[in-house]
Amino acid sequence: MAVDLHRFANPARFMRLTDAIFPWSLGLTVLLLASGLYYALIASPQDYQQGETVRIMFVHVPAAWMALSVYSMMAISAAVGWIWKHPVADLSAKAAAPAGACFCFLALVTGALWGQPMWGTYWVWDARLTSMLILFFLYLGYMAIWEAFDDQSKAAKAAAILVIIGAINIPVIKFSVDWWNTLHQPASVATMEGPKIHSSILTPLLLMAGAYTALFVTIFIIRVKAEILDRRLRIMRMNQVQEKGLKG
Amino acid sequence: MSAFFRIFSRDVRLAVRQGSALTMTLSFFVIAVTLFPLGVGPELSILARIGPGVLWVGALLACMLTLDRIFQADYEDGSLDQLMVGTLPVELMVLAKILAHWLTAVVPLIIITPVLAITFNMPLDSLGVMALSLLLGSPVLSLIGSVGAALTVGMRRGGVLLSLLVLPLYIPVLIFGVAAVEAAIALLPAGSHLLLLAAFSAGSLVICPIASAAALRLAVE
Repeated sequence: MAVDLHRFANPARFMRLTDAIFPWSLGLTVLLLASGLYYALIASPQDYQQGETVRIMFVHVPAAWMALSVYSMMAISAAVGWIWKHPVADLSAKAAAPAGACFCFLALVTGALWGQPMWGTYWVWDARLTSMLILFFLYLGYMAIWEAFDDQSKAAKAAAILVIIGAINIPVIKFSVDWWNTLHQPASVATMEGPKIHSSILTPLLLMAGAYTALFVTIFIIRVKAEILDRRLRIMRMNQVQEKGLKG
Repeated sequence: MSAFFRIFSRDVRLAVRQGSALTMTLSFFVIAVTLFPLGVGPELSILARIGPGVLWVGALLACMLTLDRIFQADYEDGSLDQLMVGTLPVELMVLAKILAHWLTAVVPLIIITPVLAITFNMPLDSLGVMALSLLLGSPVLSLIGSVGAALTVGMRRGGVLLSLLVLPLYIPVLIFGVAAVEAAIALLPAGSHLLLLAAFSAGSLVICPIASAAALRLAVE
């Protein structure tokens, strides 16, 4: 691999890098979220069939995208942590999980609220909805297994096994709407023939997707830093106790 | 290869001699399934409609209750350490134990399923597909379950965590297993569902022993 991953295995270097990125990602979040929400909720036209409820899409679709991407990113960083014994990669998978779970929950809830006016029901057991629900449980299981171990390095490895096996679900979710003919509509943005939706809807959708990504990066940086500092604090405390023990 | 069969037969013999575990799993399956006609009401048309799903869910839960048997006892008395330093690769050792678990804990459930299916008023033609779908799909239950069992092997309160880890991964098998039986009841071809179940089994046969072995190395290190 051309990129030397171990350069970023050093937490101090990682912290310097994220400190440099953080103001930009924070600014980008505010900017994109403000403009995206303006275009999505006020400036974009109503749908001729769906009326105002089409605006739920601008919250729902990017959340679902993020839920999938965050899980893929967790699986990749868990694999990197497993293969190259890369401590920051383990921490980054751990730090991303609650954010991903929130995106997944948001996608499920907004999907239900959108389904009621459009399909006449809050929930249907179709392939995409069910597989998103499974993804939510996978997030919960992942977070639970981190809590279950006292030894952090063991927890990291156990969680890595789980998240990599669960990653099989990701392509199933992505293609569920193509494989099974279900109520949920098939992909209409990232298709081989290019986007199938009009630019007045596509622009705010992409703005919102960018805003969600920037928001995730911002939260992610805060959480990884907190994890690293937490680990340092624990080591310092342990050293303190040891020194006291040696003196006494 | 002889080491593989010896571990396999050892686990089978242990399970058979501890007969109570086997009958308890079977009774759990029967009782759990019996609760549904009492809860939903004895109307035969409804029972025939929900039968495949209830039987599959019952088998799935009964299988999950026995997962801790794969590694827990061996972990506690230390023989797991011995097995892991033996000449047989850990992946194959795990596979032998999984096969033994499937044979002793899941196959009895499959054998009793047609009887329960009849009490659910399911059409007689569909019983073969019901048993076949369980036969093809249930190895996945043992295989995926072994990963969960290996991950939670050293834990004090592993049981609840085990279900949270394993059940989401069981869902695809459940969906296609029930779909196969319902297709058979509706006199549609069930072949594609059965093939998918077999594919799940074949796929997890490759992945799960490797993952379980990795998790076991973690637990005993």
